[in-house]
Amino acid sequence: MPKDYLEKELPLQAKSSFIIISLVVALIINLFPLQEIMLLLRPDFVALTLLFWNINQPHQVGISSAFVFGIIMDVCNSSILGQHALAYCFMSFLAIILHRRLILFSIFQQAPQIFWILLLTQLVIYISGTLVGSYHADWFFFLSSVTGALIWPIIALILGISQKPETDPNAL
Amino acid sequence: MESVPQFFRTGPSPQARLFFFSLLSIFLMIADLRFESLHKVRQAIGAMLYPLQKIALAPTSLYDQVETLIEDLRLTKEINYLRQQYFLFQQQLSRLQILEEENTHLRRLLSAAKQTEVKSIMAEILYIPRDPFRRRIILNRGSSDGIEAGQVVVDDLGVIGQITQIFPWSAEVTLITDKNHAVPIQVARNGLRSVISGIGSNNELELRYLPINADIQVNDLLVTSGIGGIYPPGLPVARIDKIEHDRSYNFSRITCIPIAGVERNRHVLILSMPLSEPESTTKGNAIESKS
Repeated sequence: MPKDYLEKELPLQAKSSFIIISLVVALIINLFPLQEIMLLLRPDFVALTLLFWNINQPHQVGISSAFVFGIIMDVCNSSILGQHALAYCFMSFLAIILHRRLILFSIFQQAPQIFWILLLTQLVIYISGTLVGSYHADWFFFLSSVTGALIWPIIALILGISQKPETDPNAL
Repeated sequence: MESVPQFFRTGPSPQARLFFFSLLSIFLMIADLRFESLHKVRQAIGAMLYPLQKIALAPTSLYDQVETLIEDLRLTKEINYLRQQYFLFQQQLSRLQILEEENTHLRRLLSAAKQTEVKSIMAEILYIPRDPFRRRIILNRGSSDGIEAGQVVVDDLGVIGQITQIFPWSAEVTLITDKNHAVPIQVARNGLRSVISGIGSNNELELRYLPINADIQVNDLLVTSGIGGIYPPGLPVARIDKIEHDRSYNFSRITCIPIAGVERNRHVLILSMPLSEPESTTKGNAIESKS
């Protein structure tokens, strides 16, 4: 067990309104019009936000929410209805299975593990896209999971605010 | 479940949920692909997402507004220039009107069909979907502006694509570079007919199944042939870039570069042909092969 885990504060339960707002904001960021290279490098913010809540609040955000946001992403991306839904469900499943282990680590140590989850998610999207036969993507399609893992600490830091206790418990 | 205390009740296990939702996703994918029965669902979700798209676009539109303010200073010069151009074109237009009248007269004499007038609507690119599997763009005009599926999208240089999906305030365009999209074309130099299709990569089109001895040269201009009824005839599509003759194949490998700025423009024109029946399929129209 990592040493600093014992010194961590006990996270509070996040407000469900905050969770919904964070997911909608992630969706808006995903919709930003970007050019070629930025488009390829842009991490999937909806996936990252879902992952964060799956790991930290698995009772509030589960596979069903991942499915709903997957469908919404399918409409945004005008991909086949269900392609992202399948991938996100798979991703949430992995996150929920691993969440007890993942919260032991600091957010920087989580990043490489997030990378593997994101890569597997993209692999699901890639395989379903290939089976349908619409397009064969180049290798740099997978770059966005690298950027996703790199940006993970920032996202975890921002979203983690909601779980911090407002007053110092030791103050009294 | 009654015997389980409240705190431990978590519903079905993650495995069961994953199984259920995976099945549901796969079912949706099949329904979407094979039966194309989910247009209504897609439209409903698309309409709900429209405000979010507007918000996402806000920074860019703000930037545009600032840019136009700066541009205003330069406009006076441009107005003068355009005024001169206007007089020049006015004169040409009057000649054109005479020619058009003469043309209709001659056509009537020949009892040929009158060429249909093509209307156009200006549209702006709302955003580009981040799916690398498909070459699509979303425009800010939808069924409320009278846009229909099957209409052709062009810019000032040539064809960009075709409208394939309609939402109330936005529309999805399949670019000619999409892998599943084909345009019936004609070589402008000699009238050779064929079908050009995208290969899914960025700025490249492919002319498939032309025999090695076909009369085609590098730099030939390809225009729409009008066959198939979706694309009006005579719009520039592409220019031949490279011709590879490989003796071991029956067909030569011909790559072309699209003339229009398929992935560059912010503003595009949507053409509507009053007499054509728009096809609502997502695939283009692969009808005619070489003569």
